Amino acid sequence: MTAKIVAENVSKVFGDDPEQALEMMKDGRTKDEILSETGMTVGVQDVNFSVEQGEIFVVMGLSGSGKSTLVRMLNRLIDASDGKIMVDGEDLLAANAEKLRQLRLEKLAMVFQHFALFPHKTVAENVEYGLKIAGVPQGKRRERALTALKQVGLDAWADRKPSALSGGMQQRVGLARGLAVNPEILLMDEPFSALDPLIRRDMQNELLELQREMKKTIVFITHDLDEALVLGDRIAIMKEGRFVQVGTAEEIVGNPADDYVAAFTQDVDRAKVFGLDSVMETPHALNLATDTVGAARDRLEELGRHALHVVDGGKLAGLVTHRALSDASIDANARLGDYVQTDIPTARPDTLLYKVYDQCTTGLPIAVVDESETLVGAVTPGAVFNTLAHEQEEPTDDGGADKTPQSMSA
Amino acid sequence: MWQPSDVFELPLDSWVETAIKGWLVPNFREVFQAMQVPITTVLELLDMGLQAIPMAIFTIVLTLIAWAVASRGLAVFTLISLVVVDLIGVWTQTMTTLAMILTAVLFCAVVGVPLGIAAARSDRFANGIRPVLDIMQTIPPFVYLVPIVMLFGVGMTPGIIATIIFALPPIIRLTNLGIRSVPEDLIEAAYAFGSSPRQVLWEVQLPLALRTIMAGLNQTLMLALSMAVIAALIGAGGLGLTVYTGLGRLDVGAATEGGLGIVLLAMILDRITQALGSESERKTPGLLDTLRSLFRTRTPANSSASGQQSAS
Repeated sequence: MTAKIVAENVSKVFGDDPEQALEMMKDGRTKDEILSETGMTVGVQDVNFSVEQGEIFVVMGLSGSGKSTLVRMLNRLIDASDGKIMVDGEDLLAANAEKLRQLRLEKLAMVFQHFALFPHKTVAENVEYGLKIAGVPQGKRRERALTALKQVGLDAWADRKPSALSGGMQQRVGLARGLAVNPEILLMDEPFSALDPLIRRDMQNELLELQREMKKTIVFITHDLDEALVLGDRIAIMKEGRFVQVGTAEEIVGNPADDYVAAFTQDVDRAKVFGLDSVMETPHALNLATDTVGAARDRLEELGRHALHVVDGGKLAGLVTHRALSDASIDANARLGDYVQTDIPTARPDTLLYKVYDQCTTGLPIAVVDESETLVGAVTPGAVFNTLAHEQEEPTDDGGADKTPQSMSA
Repeated sequence: MWQPSDVFELPLDSWVETAIKGWLVPNFREVFQAMQVPITTVLELLDMGLQAIPMAIFTIVLTLIAWAVASRGLAVFTLISLVVVDLIGVWTQTMTTLAMILTAVLFCAVVGVPLGIAAARSDRFANGIRPVLDIMQTIPPFVYLVPIVMLFGVGMTPGIIATIIFALPPIIRLTNLGIRSVPEDLIEAAYAFGSSPRQVLWEVQLPLALRTIMAGLNQTLMLALSMAVIAALIGAGGLGLTVYTGLGRLDVGAATEGGLGIVLLAMILDRITQALGSESERKTPGLLDTLRSLFRTRTPANSSASGQQSAS
């Protein structure tokens, strides 16, 4: 993983004398003080971050938080007042006009909130725009435009004007226009905010699907926390021009940095944020080859469980319940094999909690297995619901990772 | 009652006299004479061409153009108007006036559109040019007829130069307005994809400003027509001259003929250029479609609908 975009101490002041405002900022004066004293607006204040290759980095903030300014500084539609921005190892602020054009042509495509499609051009011509600017010959750029349109499912509309399309379709065209130039970095400024909720969800899923194949580096701006949590590999919460917290969805929801973030996250559906890996515990599995019924009974007794998973050479083999072994007629030295239940709930570590509600209804612990069917953890239904109930209580301890908040189990 | 002029009178008239007669005319007459060469050339070519086209062919062609860009209603109007112009015996004068107007408008566009673009791109230039445009629009043309005659002499070309001065402002203003009202996010998008300022202008700003620029062109055309009579005062011919001589001889009939010619020409040109300006909004059938539709029993719904509109 290499950092595709690195921003260091980036600030933006709108006004006549940014230097003065920057000085005041360094002295720790607030945005409001600077505004009332000098009339200058601080857009972005001392922001640091890096975006990794292939990552979706979401910047989430309310209107006026500086997020749109921030994303425009990444392709220099707005020039930063202070700080350093590196794109692919290249100093963006030092680039001259020609170099900047080159960077925009080759590396940085952008998708806009209100689509910003050219009304006088057809859908295909819109998608071709970046290629036309780059001097790609007509036939070839049409071909690439159609490929991009196919990716977003709109190739049939190539020769229509954008005004004939619905909002969701227009933004698909906007996305295709961004993709057609095959950029390494896609800057998306609230691309789905102008769409109605159902279409927005579709577009989010579509973007994630495209991203699975494309592996672009995406900087995604939104004011919608749910959207941020769904899309973001990492999320930055922005307030008054500053980053309040940067982290994964689980970190943001599980361990909000301050009251501001906590206030945002309190209504979040935690089941859609937390994966099983955050609630699973060490499996305490029995070994199919070596453990006997007696040993199993002892383990169940000792751990106070009513069921334990059984592994065979590390791989999940099934599960034995207390009830199945409780019959006194079973010989304590008998092999476990006959009593192992194989039809049991399993899930991957990154499965989100809301997807295992059904499996929780069996009452059996869920086996968490990785791709090679190796048992990596166990989740009891109680642990799932405890995590969900957790939001009502005080935010977690300061111990960073919110992993296995419940050692309490069945 | 005392007033300042009792003591002192500002000799503005003699200053202007000295500046123009004593300095501008002797020193720069050659320059101005040279400046009118391209105008004269274009005018003569156009006039020759228009006079050479037989009346019937010109009428048919302009009628078809009116139909192609506007509507059937306008085509009928054009046809009738041109026949009337011929019947009242001012066809030659009408063609001369048309040649003059087209020349003036052509030079207005050639000068005005670039100036409008420059004004749109630089606030400073826009602020500088605005008072000049205000003066050009408000100053009575009679005021500059005299210096024009001194610098350029009398004749068709000086008449056209006076027309250009009078008709130039709208196209500059509306080109500026049109480019400035292109939505900011489209400009931003164009730049975000790596466009150079020139590419933004050609790919985005000018196409989107086209309707407004066409409206400016329409205004310029109308102003140019309204100068037809005034330009006749300094030797321009055409319908303006017919009206002017009618006025001099108190010949109401001749003046009316000339006036009617100007009005009909103005209406035809106005409607055609207006239709050109709104073309991007409303899909009109091309000339070829129109020709095809001539041979159909039913005209397209579109053209008959707009025909009713302009007829009403």
